[in-house]
Amino acid sequence: MTKPENPKGVELSSKQMKEGDVIVNKWDPRVKYAWATGEAISRFLEEMKNGKLIARKCDSCKRILFPPRMFCEECFKPTTEWVYIKDTGKIETYSISYLDKDARRITDPIFVGVVSIDGASEKMGIMHYFDETTKEEISIGMPVKAVWKPPEEREGAITDIKYFRPLKEGEE
Amino acid sequence: MRKVCVLGGGMTIFRRRLQETGKEMSYEATKMALEEAGLELKDVDSVVMGSAPDAFDGIHMKGENLLDGAGGAGKPYLRVFVGGGTAVFTPIAGWWHIASGMADVCLVVAEEKMSSVFPHPQSAFGHIWDPILDRPLKPNLVWIFAMEMNRYMTVHGIKKEDIARVAVKNKRNALDHPCAQLAANLTIDDVLNSEMMAWPVQRLDISPPSDGASAMILASEEVAKKLTDDLVYLDGAGWCIDSTMWTDRDLYFPEYVAGAAKMAYKMAKIENPRKEIDVAEPYDPFDYKELHHMEGLLLCDKGEAPILTREGVTERDGDLPVCPSGGLLGVGNPIAATMGIKACEIYWQLAGKAGKRQVPNDPQVGICQAWGDLMQYGSVLIMRRG
Ligand SMILES: [Zn+2]
Repeated sequence: MTKPENPKGVELSSKQMKEGDVIVNKWDPRVKYAWATGEAISRFLEEMKNGKLIARKCDSCKRILFPPRMFCEECFKPTTEWVYIKDTGKIETYSISYLDKDARRITDPIFVGVVSIDGASEKMGIMHYFDETTKEEISIGMPVKAVWKPPEEREGAITDIKYFRPLKEGEE
Repeated sequence: MRKVCVLGGGMTIFRRRLQETGKEMSYEATKMALEEAGLELKDVDSVVMGSAPDAFDGIHMKGENLLDGAGGAGKPYLRVFVGGGTAVFTPIAGWWHIASGMADVCLVVAEEKMSSVFPHPQSAFGHIWDPILDRPLKPNLVWIFAMEMNRYMTVHGIKKEDIARVAVKNKRNALDHPCAQLAANLTIDDVLNSEMMAWPVQRLDISPPSDGASAMILASEEVAKKLTDDLVYLDGAGWCIDSTMWTDRDLYFPEYVAGAAKMAYKMAKIENPRKEIDVAEPYDPFDYKELHHMEGLLLCDKGEAPILTREGVTERDGDLPVCPSGGLLGVGNPIAATMGIKACEIYWQLAGKAGKRQVPNDPQVGICQAWGDLMQYGSVLIMRRG
């Protein structure tokens, strides 16, 4: 005896679905959302427009929190101070993706990962794209710098940074 | 707190697309579990339903949609959802119904129908990311795994072939599972040569999206003793979640899994998990996750799991069999319904009912674990033979 015994279920193929061999009921939801960005992230996005990254300091644990928040989730106290941090950092991890958001195959891969930002507490960073590098060159620990959109194209979004590129020798 | 036993389990086959609705799949799995327990629906005091994002089904209030199939009508019923962690959290929620004395028999059902959403379940996964910080970057959920896997490999200097070994083992173990979707006899080279999805993740590193349902019957020790002499106890439960700020933590080690494991070990009075655990079913949606979670469950040191795997320790006939069911990699990944290859499997292994999959080390204590949300959630359940 191997449990489970005689499990039920009838498999359908995508061909059967597409060719109408089975009855399918369809629905296309049409809703839109507009999210309030909140106290901390609103200021963060405003500063993105100015080409700057900003964090919040917790007076209790002394951490510079980035992305910024109005309360420290560890101390559970209000953060007290806005602190500008740099637009350089370090690659914490990355991937080279051949999939788009709907899992469709793409030939020109997306370089994406987490970058911790200089001036914030250790490991504090954001997810973003990397460019001006290659599959062979990119590495964890690589110092990088933000490449911003021109000021007139910025809209107060995480994509006001186009991507992070390798930091050049002697550059800050 | 009252002692809680497992009396039966059930599951449908796992496939990319099943004809049955979520409700019908839940019914089939529930009937099976009741039959194994030797009980009928009228004997059930309360029902816990587990299902992951509503976005897959396109039906909000999915818990209500599924309840008739889960035998919940006219009973105390609730649906729980903690992302991928739902697979092991659902029986934990059932456990507290009985441990608290609120119910004598609790039916636990887990369902997932991922095939309803088009163009791909990934399109629904897009809705779990932070709307302001992450979504404008058009992320794919595979990125999570790719970023975590790369960090894990880099910190410990792990080679891809040592990770591919997990996919080979689990897909082979799945050959003995009657519900399996992707059972196969593969080589490490097959995995290493499979299509690149998001480096370092390749196609054969991944478990497939699936439809499926599973169910378990839990009962108080008093009720269980009247029905069977071969008791399997839920001996320890733990769950833990890390901060939403996933870009602020080091992804090489799942602290939240360790937090959940410590909570469960304390309850089960397990001091040395490496010695005391006989069989393990960590969550393996990707091959490296099995290794990552073995370390999170403190079954080995950080970075040691690939070495144990290479040495054969985690094979079905090894010292510590890991994913003898075939796991998500081999049997399939209908998110919440993977309860059938995590919690149900550990029950079947301890009850000696796993047949062809039975681990030969006469297991007394087993552990299962699930993982989810934005790399931040762990649920852990320990079972012990009475
Ligand atoms: Zn603080």
